[in-house]
Amino acid sequence: MKQDSFIYYTLHLADNALILGHRNSEWCGHGPVLEQDIAITNISLDLIGQARNFYQYAAKLMNKQNAPSPNGKEVGGEFTEDKLAYLRDVREFKNCLLAEQPNGDWAQTILRQFFFSTYQFYLYRQLQESHPDEQLAAIAAKSLKEVTYHLRWSSEWVIRLGDGTEESRKRMLNALENLWPYTGELFVPAAYETDRMDLKNIKEQWAQKVKDIFSEATLPYPAEGWMHTGGKTGMHTEQLGFILAELQFMQRAYPNSEW
Amino acid sequence: MNYLKKFYYGDIPEDKGGSNELKDSSKVSSSGGASDWPLWEVFIRSKQGLDHKHAGSLHAADAQMAIENARDVYTRRMEGVSIWVVESKYIHASNPDEAKSLYEPAEDKIYRHPTFYDLPDEVKHM
Repeated sequence: MKQDSFIYYTLHLADNALILGHRNSEWCGHGPVLEQDIAITNISLDLIGQARNFYQYAAKLMNKQNAPSPNGKEVGGEFTEDKLAYLRDVREFKNCLLAEQPNGDWAQTILRQFFFSTYQFYLYRQLQESHPDEQLAAIAAKSLKEVTYHLRWSSEWVIRLGDGTEESRKRMLNALENLWPYTGELFVPAAYETDRMDLKNIKEQWAQKVKDIFSEATLPYPAEGWMHTGGKTGMHTEQLGFILAELQFMQRAYPNSEW
Repeated sequence: MNYLKKFYYGDIPEDKGGSNELKDSSKVSSSGGASDWPLWEVFIRSKQGLDHKHAGSLHAADAQMAIENARDVYTRRMEGVSIWVVESKYIHASNPDEAKSLYEPAEDKIYRHPTFYDLPDEVKHM
């Protein structure tokens, strides 16, 4: 059971990175300006790279202990990173709801990235410093460099848009209203996370960082309020189904196809 | 009948693609993008290089954004370890019409090349 929950936790980290990475990749070729198109696509590639590291590790752990398929079905042969990404059903994905929310306009994409990068920054730092599993700590350490830049980049944009024109501010407030109810879930531990991570500590650091950036951006820091939950245990918003329909289509329609 | 709604992003107008907003923000009018932003020239110093070399140009709202854009556009393949940016309008260029008087006088003065001297081994980077 302990090992199962560790595998679930690794999958949870992988799913977070994959789904947000996929969302950002939807901007490719559609960015508001060429430079930002490249920037958001770079971030997307960073996240998908992180997802690969976590999936590879999860697959290795699952093969080692001859784990049952995570969706209760036979996937055939050994687990691989590809099978974990392309052949699990929506209820088996453990990403936070925030990651799957639609891109909306640029403000919404930026704010989603800022909330998530702030979360990932403190999370990876804690993983790197204190997680007993060396491999997980090593992946976190490698990813932390990338996330540090994502955080810097998205913070700049939150400030720029929040404290920008009347229009950009309006869009930012709109994004805040949309996304805020999805931030609470980040800090509600799932059964597989409780024994390892100090989410309370991450929450405090997250809130402080968001307050600092918001005050520079002249944006109001909302009251806690009612929050959506469920993503970590597979209860997703309708959005994830659409994402997987696109993401998994090739492997589902043409099993085992390769480039 | 509109049974299926496809989500579009960024440059595709919302009335063409259907809104993908959680909350309708289509009432906010869109404004100009990078065309309002000034042009910046980017100089990158590579790991081995001693000098910053011109890498290209890009649009950005200010210097901070220009450096971040340069990082994303010009250092994706480990091209550099240091970035300079300068707004293009601050670059002053020589006039091509004056090329004759500026550069041709040097053509018959090959003795100005250091190839006529023996360089000591201790002198580096020449």
